[in-house]
Amino acid sequence: MNLSHEWLKAFVPHALSAEQVRDLLTAHVATVEGFERLRADLAPFVVARVIETEKVPDTKLSFNKVDDGSGTLLDVVCGAPNVTAGAVYPFARSGTLMPAGFKIEKKKIRGFTSNGMLCSAAELGLGEDQAGILELTTDAPPGTPLLDVLPLGDVRLVLDVLPNRPDLLSHLGVARELSALTGVPLRGDDAAHAAPAVPVVREAQQASSGGATVRLEDPAGCPQYCGAVIRGITVAPSPSWLRERVEAAGVRSINNVVDVTNAILHGLGQPMHAFDLATLAEQTVVIRRARASEKMKTLDGVERALTPEMTMIADAAKSVAVAGVMGGENSEVTDATRDLFLEVAYFDPKRTRQTRRALGLSTDASYRFERGIDPAGLEYAMRAAIGMILAVAGGRLDGSVMAVGTAPAPRPAVTLRPSRVRAVLGASVSGAQCERYLASVGFAVARKGDAERVENEGGDAALVVTPPSWRHDVTREVDLIEEVARLHGYDKLPDTIEAYRPTTVPDHPLFAASRRVRDALVGAGLAEVRPMPFVKGDDATHWRVTNPLAEDEPHLRVSLLESLARRAEYNLSRMHGDVRLFEVGSAFGGREQGAGRGAGAGGLIEEVRVGILIMGARSPRHFADGAPPMIDAWDAKELAERAASAAFPGAAIALDAAEDPALWSILADGRSVGVVTRVTLDAPVWASAAFGIEITLGAMPLAYVSQPGTSAHAGERPAIAPPASAVRYRPLPTTPAAAFDLALLVPDGLNAAEVERVLRTSGGDMLESLELFDEFRGAGVPDGMRSIAWRLTFRHPERTLRDKEIDGRRSQLLKSLENQLGVKPRTA
Amino acid sequence: MASRRPSRNAGGPTQGFGSPLTLAIALDFTPAVTRRPAPLTVSRIPRMTLDEFKSAAESLRADGPAQIAAAATLEAWTDARNHLVGRTSGRLSELMTALGTLPKDDRREAGQLANAVKQELEALLDARHAELMRQQQRGPAIDRTMPGRAAWRGSVHPVSLVIDEVVEIFRELGFTIALGPEAEHAWYNFGALNFPADHPAMDLHDTLYLDDLVLRTHTSPVQVRTLQQYPPPIRILAPGNVYRADPFDASHAPMFSQVEGLVVDEGITFADLKATLTRFANRFFGETKTRFRPSFFPFTEPSAEMDVRCGVCKGTGCPVCKNSGWVEILGSGMVHPAVLENAGIDSERYTGWAFGMGPARTALARHGIPDIRILYDSDVRFLEQFAR
Repeated sequence: MNLSHEWLKAFVPHALSAEQVRDLLTAHVATVEGFERLRADLAPFVVARVIETEKVPDTKLSFNKVDDGSGTLLDVVCGAPNVTAGAVYPFARSGTLMPAGFKIEKKKIRGFTSNGMLCSAAELGLGEDQAGILELTTDAPPGTPLLDVLPLGDVRLVLDVLPNRPDLLSHLGVARELSALTGVPLRGDDAAHAAPAVPVVREAQQASSGGATVRLEDPAGCPQYCGAVIRGITVAPSPSWLRERVEAAGVRSINNVVDVTNAILHGLGQPMHAFDLATLAEQTVVIRRARASEKMKTLDGVERALTPEMTMIADAAKSVAVAGVMGGENSEVTDATRDLFLEVAYFDPKRTRQTRRALGLSTDASYRFERGIDPAGLEYAMRAAIGMILAVAGGRLDGSVMAVGTAPAPRPAVTLRPSRVRAVLGASVSGAQCERYLASVGFAVARKGDAERVENEGGDAALVVTPPSWRHDVTREVDLIEEVARLHGYDKLPDTIEAYRPTTVPDHPLFAASRRVRDALVGAGLAEVRPMPFVKGDDATHWRVTNPLAEDEPHLRVSLLESLARRAEYNLSRMHGDVRLFEVGSAFGGREQGAGRGAGAGGLIEEVRVGILIMGARSPRHFADGAPPMIDAWDAKELAERAASAAFPGAAIALDAAEDPALWSILADGRSVGVVTRVTLDAPVWASAAFGIEITLGAMPLAYVSQPGTSAHAGERPAIAPPASAVRYRPLPTTPAAAFDLALLVPDGLNAAEVERVLRTSGGDMLESLELFDEFRGAGVPDGMRSIAWRLTFRHPERTLRDKEIDGRRSQLLKSLENQLGVKPRTA
Repeated sequence: MASRRPSRNAGGPTQGFGSPLTLAIALDFTPAVTRRPAPLTVSRIPRMTLDEFKSAAESLRADGPAQIAAAATLEAWTDARNHLVGRTSGRLSELMTALGTLPKDDRREAGQLANAVKQELEALLDARHAELMRQQQRGPAIDRTMPGRAAWRGSVHPVSLVIDEVVEIFRELGFTIALGPEAEHAWYNFGALNFPADHPAMDLHDTLYLDDLVLRTHTSPVQVRTLQQYPPPIRILAPGNVYRADPFDASHAPMFSQVEGLVVDEGITFADLKATLTRFANRFFGETKTRFRPSFFPFTEPSAEMDVRCGVCKGTGCPVCKNSGWVEILGSGMVHPAVLENAGIDSERYTGWAFGMGPARTALARHGIPDIRILYDSDVRFLEQFAR
């Protein structure tokens, strides 16, 4: 909402600066987020006093000594006839840029140096010249900025009005607040639109006056409608005061009639419309629903398709306006217009909102109707409009104002207990104070009877508060508490940390798991990313966003690797091939199992997962080493184990071979929790192979915790499970170990894991560890075989193993391998 | 010198105390009294006078230090030691042998002298040995200007860094972490939070829909989910991703992170809100001033925006704070009684406050990142700037 500082002062003649108004509104009402001096170009001008003046014979010129507050008297030549010693004038020092666009330079005139210019009203862009330069009546010392002494520089304040306070969408509404905050009374009738007393005919459905008829056929869409006929006007440019007001509000000046309607909208918050009466068939106005497949061209020149859900203003034959949104081109006021039909109405907020959305057409009017205007303010706005139009466009009111519809019911009263104010704010505000605050912004306050006063702890009687007609937002006690809080001032309320009791809520396990995995992966040299979850997916497998922002990525990902692959490609396209990324985020599955399209998203399964993508060099290059090898599947396997261990502490992690393109599926205590896979990228030839890991940390249930209005806990504190202690101490060995290596010829098709299984079962209790340390194909190894070597470490818990025992164990192992797998040692 | 056997885990940790080398040296220096004199053959015993003995001892005392100092390697040191104080063939042992041939009356004086020389030499040998050991451990000379062997360094995303800090500060104030789904029921996202149906308040949240679900437009649904699941006292923080139908540009993203806070118990007041959030601001930004402004959220009443003093201009006004001297940090307010009622909580008995903040904006400001899209691009060169 654009506010004019000067316009506000017309409502509340306060003595505050625009900065003070800004700070007051921000502290107590709504945030002023913009502050713009409309005549900022006058900022460099100062007040200057002429000390001596001397006429130059035979010219209009005078030589003057001028005090501009700088401490040195300046020589200034002036061509105006009215220069008077001792008087003060607006002064432009040399270097000042004039509103007309030229710069004041130091120059010589008839051998006399001129160091600046004494200015006239026209030169400052302030209207017509009177008697030459502009003589100022001020006590301000020379050097004072001109804007400080002349009310020239109106200031535009941009107020951030939130949806609960549509009453602030006008100068009147903001002036009410300023009046409450400053104690300066609100001026009922601003001189600019003195509202004349006019006769009113009130009817429920239909009224006629001044030769026109108003018929209300859609009272649901339009509970109240006022019309008036003005004849014999002259459409012309607006006078400057009116033009300045609408321009200060950020609206382009059109002509005197349209500008009045805008001045009423921005001044009083009541949108209104003026029709050219001559264009209305039978001089009749009907408020009705649009007809099926009806069309109308709005004022912006666009042909609009209408639906019967929309409320229209029509004449006897055709629609002439979309109610509350925009007028029609067919009834527009033009320079030729002589007679007007004025409309001031209350259109239903929800109806206006639906129409605005259906048409995709938001206007200053629809914005206010949608949020709710003051339903009790129509007749005042109409009288003000009539007064202004007669003043700026001439003409006369023909007949009475026709008011059709039903007057709004008074708002229900709300009870306010001062004890509750204390309970919510933590501050003691007395009932009398509350009453003062509420009354200052238009609430009617009464005190409850004595009986109830006694019941009230603290002795403060409860207040019965009736909100004013323009405050739709106040329906509960807490709404009144907010009024008290903001009028008292948030900054004046106390701040104390109350002693608190411990929360009943344990940390969410998925948060804890995410942190553990993140720490492990950062420690492993990976970078955390937080990409968008939108992907180019497939309707059969992916959930589609109903209203996606980008048609090329309308789906939610089913796997984090989808996002990570795109991010890897982004880096490859920037010639960066060492990519080690991970993300902890949500994946959205269940589309395939879910019901068909349009049957709702009930089958959606949201899982919190960790996704990892690695490619490029295994380590940074170092001069002492050769080029580092590229990341391969074995790096991915180890990283997967590390991440899974962090995700599921204490669980037995296993990686089982999986089908292409996956490499392994990841198991935690036998449950499948993720996958290691090769990742296919749109990659340049120099890029190395990419590997992906994805682990599901857990599901994020979508279900209702319990029915709306109920809780699942019945006030009981739920038991909190103690953390599982993952690590059990194993006694440290006190006896020496004995180890030997076995290099075995393993035929293709036989897994290392199979061999290890035999080694473990035949190795007995004393086999402490089994380390696969070499794989080899080539010289000395027959085709169709590979040599795999293990180091086996044995230890007896109580004594040193003898060489003979070790040799025996070795022979036994070789025999088992031969018998069970047909595997022989490499050097047998 | 003791031989160094290759350790089984060659390439493992470097050897320290208790390695064979240090043990061997230590054994050689067991005190002399515990050593058995070497067996001697009588025929080879030189006979000396006391003066000769003294002269020989003084000569050893004079030569020894130079020899010890000249030992440049551990091998040379061992030779020097054997030559000077070696048990079998060292010059000192010769003296000790000769000691027995001196007249009994002279032995005491001679013995004291020999011992003094021995102690001096052994002290020098010890010092020299320690010096040589230090030299050996230092290894060969290297060009110390050359780079170390790097390993890849991981990084935490700058938005996560901000979330982490917020979480840590609120943990000090007794908060735990709650989470909720990103694909959410409209009731949890709007209805439960007191958004009137089909009202302009909904326009504050340009919503992305998933059939009959929504992508949550804020983390506030976690408030109601938590209140339905756990009874007061509640003190939770709910970080998470939220979605808006905002086109992706330099200052808007259709998905961004938010941190929600919620306190519900008996006796919770606006004073508590102000004090707690101000304390947070002082911990997060360093000593600063806060300001609370009236605002509107359907789910809080009274509602307030919290600003902190602009860190760039300290309140005098600058482009960063749009000349206001204040920077908006978070939205907050007392939990609307309708929200408590929607979660089945007695709104007369319990009060609460809540807040929400956007860590991405803080991350942009803190690191001087000019465009929010950089946070999503996942450019490795950007992420590496946050390596740890």
